[in-house]
Amino acid sequence: MKSAENDKAKNLLDGLVRSILPVILALLVAGLIMLAMGSNPIDFFSGVWTYGVTGSNLQRSLVLSAPLILVAVGLIVAFRGQLWNLGYNGQYLLGAVVASGAGPYLFASMPAWLATIVIILGALLVGAVWSLVPAILKARYGTNEIITSLVMSFIGVGIANLLIKGPLKDPNTPQPQTEVIADSYLLPYIPGTVIHIGLIIAIVIAIVAQFIFSRTSFGLRLDIFGASPKAARHVGINSTWMVILLFAVSSALIALAGAIDVLGQYSYQRANWDPHYGDAVMPFVFLARLSPLAAIPLVVFYAILATGGTLAAQQAGLNADFLLVIVGLILIFMTITEYVGDRRKLGQSYLPPGLKTTVVRLFQGGTGRKSS
Amino acid sequence: MSDLLSAAFVTVFIASVIAQAMPLVLASVGETIGEQAGVLNLGIEGVMLIGAYSGFIVTLTTGNFWLGMLAGAVGGIVANLAMLVLNVWLGLNQIVIGLAITLVGEGITSVLYLQNNAKSVTSLGTAPELSVPFLSDIPVIGPAIFEQSAIFWIALVLVVIAGLFLAKTNWGLSTRSAGQKPSSLDAAGGSVIQIRSIAVILGGAFVGLGGAYLAAITTSTFTPFITNGLGFIAIVITMLSRGRILVVVITSFVYGFAVAIGPALQVLGYNVPADVIRMIPFIVVILTLIIFARSSVVPPALGTPYSRGAR
Repeated sequence: MKSAENDKAKNLLDGLVRSILPVILALLVAGLIMLAMGSNPIDFFSGVWTYGVTGSNLQRSLVLSAPLILVAVGLIVAFRGQLWNLGYNGQYLLGAVVASGAGPYLFASMPAWLATIVIILGALLVGAVWSLVPAILKARYGTNEIITSLVMSFIGVGIANLLIKGPLKDPNTPQPQTEVIADSYLLPYIPGTVIHIGLIIAIVIAIVAQFIFSRTSFGLRLDIFGASPKAARHVGINSTWMVILLFAVSSALIALAGAIDVLGQYSYQRANWDPHYGDAVMPFVFLARLSPLAAIPLVVFYAILATGGTLAAQQAGLNADFLLVIVGLILIFMTITEYVGDRRKLGQSYLPPGLKTTVVRLFQGGTGRKSS
Repeated sequence: MSDLLSAAFVTVFIASVIAQAMPLVLASVGETIGEQAGVLNLGIEGVMLIGAYSGFIVTLTTGNFWLGMLAGAVGGIVANLAMLVLNVWLGLNQIVIGLAITLVGEGITSVLYLQNNAKSVTSLGTAPELSVPFLSDIPVIGPAIFEQSAIFWIALVLVVIAGLFLAKTNWGLSTRSAGQKPSSLDAAGGSVIQIRSIAVILGGAFVGLGGAYLAAITTSTFTPFITNGLGFIAIVITMLSRGRILVVVITSFVYGFAVAIGPALQVLGYNVPADVIRMIPFIVVILTLIIFARSSVVPPALGTPYSRGAR
């Protein structure tokens, strides 16, 4: 009994090491790169703390976390089923354009709560429908979804831009942007803060997703499907519908992130604006081992890095694009840690066994260990 | 209208199609070499940017376009080393590493440019042109095609050589079998790791060259994110061409045509939004996939690191 508890504690510790070590290594190497470029990493990291956490800045970071958590859960849904949904940029922007485009008209014609619900449902629907092309191609013909979702993403970004420059453009401004939604119609704040309730929506969705994954029969079927679509067929899972359903839910959640971001924070949308949230969230989704709840603290960490880092980078004589380097480094160190971790049996892998055997080589022989 | 379709106009148009297509041809050939060997490099966007920036910087400081192109190729190889070590040697996830290379490439080139070069708008000028005797005297087409920089011809020769080698030589056969059935290559006494390493290095050189061509020849300058998704278009073209270099070249030129036609239509008085032009190649790709619904457009072992004895 005692040793079982020890094992559990050790597993948890090992898992933590595996999730956090890559981030620490990436930050260290990023610091060295900064030194090589003649910037002071201490300035940068203290700036991240100052502008990302202290005073009311933590609230700004948490506002950024809301869409990031939704994108993370969206990616997790697809990745758990071993589907590479890389079309997140288009899905996000289309969701955002539903809110920024339909918002001004809907809020003018119906009560705000009803308009908000219509917009959210609309964004979910647009996201789900938009994913049908890669999903059906994958389900019917086995066409590589990496390519199709990426291509659809570029088309989605283009459509969003065209809409904002064309029919949705606010005639009263010279810049191509949508009409500003009045503050009184935006999502309400959590009492006592300036964080909109989108954060709560995102966290609730993450909790629900976690529950479905770990406590329901659907979660079990999803794990079987992710581990081996062939085996899933043998136990009676309809893989065609599974692919379409997972893609639709994934894409809908990412589109919802866009709508919530506009309704909660931005209140309008500029043309050619693309925050690339999916790129940033990707490593943390894996570090959380595709667990929505575990992703939340990691995503909040990134939100702090991004919120504080934008100003801090300028102060350190860099620009905000340096954050891309940090995220890329985290991805690289994540795979290296995974490699070393497998060798040393350090905690659990962040990839479900299905993804591991098809995409990542198994070094230990034997079967991939089950992720939590 | 008819006077706008003058000889001079057509000449400029053809030259601009070539200028837009060449970076994509080089990048897609690089990606094809890697992909035929079984290495899907999603980092090509970052590799191109690193090639573009190193090509730009070297051309700017030395004034020599040839050195710039060389630097672009070297930059591409260096960027691809991450793929070589982490994926081919250690067998780690290709997709994750590819995305990492893209992010680092985007970030580092943007930061370096804004730190070192943003203060003044720098144009590299045009590379010295090479008039092919007699051929350049052909009306309309002559000045458009046969008064290019010699770099254009060398690039074209490299592409042809790569195509021939891939299709006709033992090396090409080994490379393709590393992507089709690595275990057979292993059983036949070839080394999958070695073949894939060569493919990744060679691919990096081509992709970097494509980036440098984009910066030094096509645009004569560098701006952050200059590739603007070109790397992903190269991946798509590679997948659709299934290893046939001639198809790579043709589809790349169709893309070049689609990009060049926007400004041309504007000159002719039609106003087509740039966003529509940019979407056309992607829409064409999706329609092709929907209509033909190809079930296997990639080598079977693509994305799968090879480990001996594993099933």
